Amino acid sequence: MNRQTIGRLLSFCRPYMKYLYFALICSSGQIVFTLLIPVFIGQAVDHIIGKGLVEFDLLFQKMLWILMSVIIAEIFDWLVVRLSNRMTYSITKDLRDQLFQKYSTLPLRYIDQHAHGDLLSRMINDIDLIGDGLLQGFTHLFNGIATIIGTICFMLYIQTTVALIVIVLTPLSLVVATIIANKTYKFFQEQLALRGELGAYVEEMIGGVKVIKAFGYEQKNQERFEEINQRVYVSGVKSQFLGALANPSTRVVNNIVYASVCIAGSLYVIAGHMTVGALSSFLSYANQYTKPFNEISNVFTELQTALACATRVFHLLDTPSEPQQSKTQTLTHREGHVQIQNLAFSYDPNEPLIENLNVEAKPGQTIAIVGPTGCGKTTLINLLMRFYEPQQGQILIDGINIQNMSREYVRSLYGMVLQDSWLFQGTIKDNIAYGKEASDEDIIEAAKKAHAHKFIVQLKDGYDTLISEDGGNLSQGQRQLLCIARIMLVKPPMLILDEATSSIDTRTERQIQEAFDLMMEGRTTFIVAHRLSTIQKADQILVMNHGQIIEQGKHEELLKQHGFYHHLYYSQFDTQK
Amino acid sequence: MWMKYLKPYRKQAIIGFLFKLIEAFFELIVPIVVADIIDYGIAAKDQQYILHKGILLFILAISGYSCALVCQYFASKTSQGFGTYLRNDMFKAINAYDYENIDEIGIPSLMTRITNDTNQLQLAVAMTIRLASRSPFLIIGSLIMAFRINVSMSLIFICAAPLLALSIYLVMSRSLPLYLKIQKQLDHVSLICRENLAGIRVIRAFSKQNQEKERFHQATQKQKDMQMCVGKLSALLNPGTSVIVNCAILMILYVGSLKVNSGTLLQGEVIALINYMNQILLSMFAFANVIVIYNKATACYKRVQEVLSIQPVIQDGFQEVDHHEGTLVTFDHVSFSYQGSHALSDLSFSIEKGETVGIIGGTGSGKSTLVNLIPRFYEASQGQIYIKDRPIQNYSLQSLRQMIGFVPQQALLFTGTIKDNICFGKEDASDEEVTEALNLAQASFVKEWKDGIYSHITQGGHNLSGGQKQRLTIARALVRNPELLILDDSASALDFATDAALRKAIASLPQTTIIVSQRVSAIMHADKILVLSHGELVGIGKHDELLKNCEIYQQIVHSQLSKEVAS
Repeated sequence: MNRQTIGRLLSFCRPYMKYLYFALICSSGQIVFTLLIPVFIGQAVDHIIGKGLVEFDLLFQKMLWILMSVIIAEIFDWLVVRLSNRMTYSITKDLRDQLFQKYSTLPLRYIDQHAHGDLLSRMINDIDLIGDGLLQGFTHLFNGIATIIGTICFMLYIQTTVALIVIVLTPLSLVVATIIANKTYKFFQEQLALRGELGAYVEEMIGGVKVIKAFGYEQKNQERFEEINQRVYVSGVKSQFLGALANPSTRVVNNIVYASVCIAGSLYVIAGHMTVGALSSFLSYANQYTKPFNEISNVFTELQTALACATRVFHLLDTPSEPQQSKTQTLTHREGHVQIQNLAFSYDPNEPLIENLNVEAKPGQTIAIVGPTGCGKTTLINLLMRFYEPQQGQILIDGINIQNMSREYVRSLYGMVLQDSWLFQGTIKDNIAYGKEASDEDIIEAAKKAHAHKFIVQLKDGYDTLISEDGGNLSQGQRQLLCIARIMLVKPPMLILDEATSSIDTRTERQIQEAFDLMMEGRTTFIVAHRLSTIQKADQILVMNHGQIIEQGKHEELLKQHGFYHHLYYSQFDTQK
Repeated sequence: MWMKYLKPYRKQAIIGFLFKLIEAFFELIVPIVVADIIDYGIAAKDQQYILHKGILLFILAISGYSCALVCQYFASKTSQGFGTYLRNDMFKAINAYDYENIDEIGIPSLMTRITNDTNQLQLAVAMTIRLASRSPFLIIGSLIMAFRINVSMSLIFICAAPLLALSIYLVMSRSLPLYLKIQKQLDHVSLICRENLAGIRVIRAFSKQNQEKERFHQATQKQKDMQMCVGKLSALLNPGTSVIVNCAILMILYVGSLKVNSGTLLQGEVIALINYMNQILLSMFAFANVIVIYNKATACYKRVQEVLSIQPVIQDGFQEVDHHEGTLVTFDHVSFSYQGSHALSDLSFSIEKGETVGIIGGTGSGKSTLVNLIPRFYEASQGQIYIKDRPIQNYSLQSLRQMIGFVPQQALLFTGTIKDNICFGKEDASDEEVTEALNLAQASFVKEWKDGIYSHITQGGHNLSGGQKQRLTIARALVRNPELLILDDSASALDFATDAALRKAIASLPQTTIIVSQRVSAIMHADKILVLSHGELVGIGKHDELLKNCEIYQQIVHSQLSKEVAS
């Protein structure tokens, strides 16, 4: 599982392999020259023995070497950072683009059935964490390992016995690090879980604070919060203490190695086995020796997180897209004759929703769909638009099966206005012209027909007014008028409308009503209806319940049947008496 | 604020701080000891001396470690204690807010403030104890040590240290704002993605996927460019500082060699000076990190401070609501303005016990605001509201709200079982009472579920449909058997049949009921209908009366009902 993910992640690195190789070369160069600096400093110190004993020629020569090593090492360092930046940022961009591409081809059913917050979090947070992991991996992983190996080689080269002391003591540092890591992991998990609990509680209670107040639950709430908070405290002290332990613990190991090197080295110097300068090089190695160990263990934690995120992202990328289609039949005469024949659809094979559905809409007719919530109205729309694919049966438009047309073409035949009006961040003009590029005159014309022109010109910037995210600066009704204008501009042969149930003020509602009427003239229309006048005017009413059409006909006919529709109709208007 | 919440942990903070300083002090001594070993032990070939000093190094290492542990422990106690105390207080403050306070800051912002912001502050406290003292102490200590070894050599330190500080400052001060910009750009990427998910039907209906993809590519490309740009800058940090430090080391070698040659400096001391130089660099990096954390913490501090400083306008009264008979609710020339604009102006009406009152009007006409004044969620700006003939301010909020069953517009449920949620209205409700309330609210669908009233609701009630949620919130209000039931447009997601059945059930109950709705059918049989338009009461009376004399009511009716049903 993990290995697969790593391989997959590496395949995203492939276009940037040349950077990777170059980075590795630079990294090796940087390490060699960085490690040379203490050696040269040590040798330089050896030329500063005592009063009247300084060998200036040799000292200056060593100083020049130091300077050159520093410069070369730092140039390499700079290159490594630049190269790994480039790789990481390119890969995260590629990942995001691919995932976005996935989102725009996933079947709608998939997206409907998954929380948008979750899909969004994969796009943003998960890929960010992958980026962090990659950057750490590129800059520190190779570098850390190479530094450790390099240091060992250099030390062995300078003085074998003292080097062995360091090498023997190293596992000590590793053992300490693992013990702490294991211990802290448990507490960190606990702390994370508790914080999650606290966060969830806060989210729910502050989100519902108005209800809390309405029912006088403040006191209880505070007690519950303080109880969770206390648990967070107890575990927080532990995990923070242990988490902060890694640093001083490796430092103490480091200091012990340092002291040992100092004693053994000094004794060796007295015995004449090494010079004072060599001792100083050793000491500076010993001082920095545990640093890469720390770094590598950090990198591993980050990589682990990154891999977990990558698994989630790849899982999404592997979800099958809407199947590609080769059929591209189009209509010569677009009359708007729709036939639904023996249609069946269900989300779950064990729970059939729509079964054996048959409807015929003649050109120009209005089909009102009524029924209680969850009766399958929305699903029917999804099938008409080919957002969902039926399991059985077919839908014909002007005699041609929509399966034989491209999805884009089917959708272009309908103008759709849904209850929750979707607008994007951009100007009003952009939003109206979303379906079709159009001149300013056409846009204004469409807005006028949709009764949107009046309120648009009253806005400060008129048609250039920027709509904030989710159209927050417009009322619900105004947003719907804009969506109607969008359709007015495109003039599709057929319509799918969803009447608003509530929350629009009467005047706007009347305007929407008029705009709907204007649009519906001469167009085959499927309308999810809540308003009596719409229902009465419809050429055909489909009364749906549990995915079935249980009654079908005109208003008066249906009333005479004294069935479900009759009940529905009278229950609305005859309540108490 | 810092002081208030740190006060209970003052002792821990000071102990932690002191022990950190001791540890840093031990660390500072090490290079001197090593210099001694080289200059006296090795030069005199004195093995005894070397061993003694070597053992001293061990002792320094171990005692430094012990000090670090003590410090770490107290730092954890202090910062976690601080955070816990602060969060409790914030939660208390938010609990005491009135609705206007909540609207002012906004719920999502309140959430981040009580979680993320306090975490940042907590981190800042821990860092202050652990690093803020240590790094400057090590920097200054290293300078003093250099000064002690050789006064003229310390000049190199005095030149190099500010240069280092300056270069770190230059890079960080320039790159930090860029990182903020990158974050903003990421928010933009996120916005496009969110928009695409929300509008997926419209986008696909217009076959606009390619255009959206292009928009997204542009945003990610821009983000990448910005990242590369800031990367270019921050990649300079390490090489820059390293070059400065190594140049200083070269200076130490050069000047040191002259001094050693003339006999005023020892070889070991040169090594010690080089060590101090490296120490300064490391400490400066640590210190720069502390400053970054502080920077973040300051912004968080302001946001937290704001939460704590807001005082609710609505003050509690003392009287309990009793069984006094009389007019239940009276509005006497009540006006209310909200965030600077008039929401309600000059309303006068009364509601008698047992009446059913309907309130109708378009969006923004003030219907919801009106009913929010009755439980004192908001305070009227002018005029007086009386409950049972006494000013509303006389009552304790607890007792006032206890007599009301309020069903808010937004159907909000909490994690837990159905019963838990219903019991919100009445803590000790029995299973029978819960079932009865559910039946009244037409929420008998619960019975069909496997676990009945013990079925679990996930957060926010995501596993329920809108209509189901609304019926549960109505049951929650009904279970307390309130004197006054307020339904704030809370049946909007119900289909005709259920809505009608619900109204019938509610009408059969004896209590006073206020129904806010946009649907004429929901209120047309009420004893009294209030018609609101732009915050004004434009009509009051029964359906038939209003049909004759209230123009706005006529308009609303005719847009919704067919003629014959209306008349």
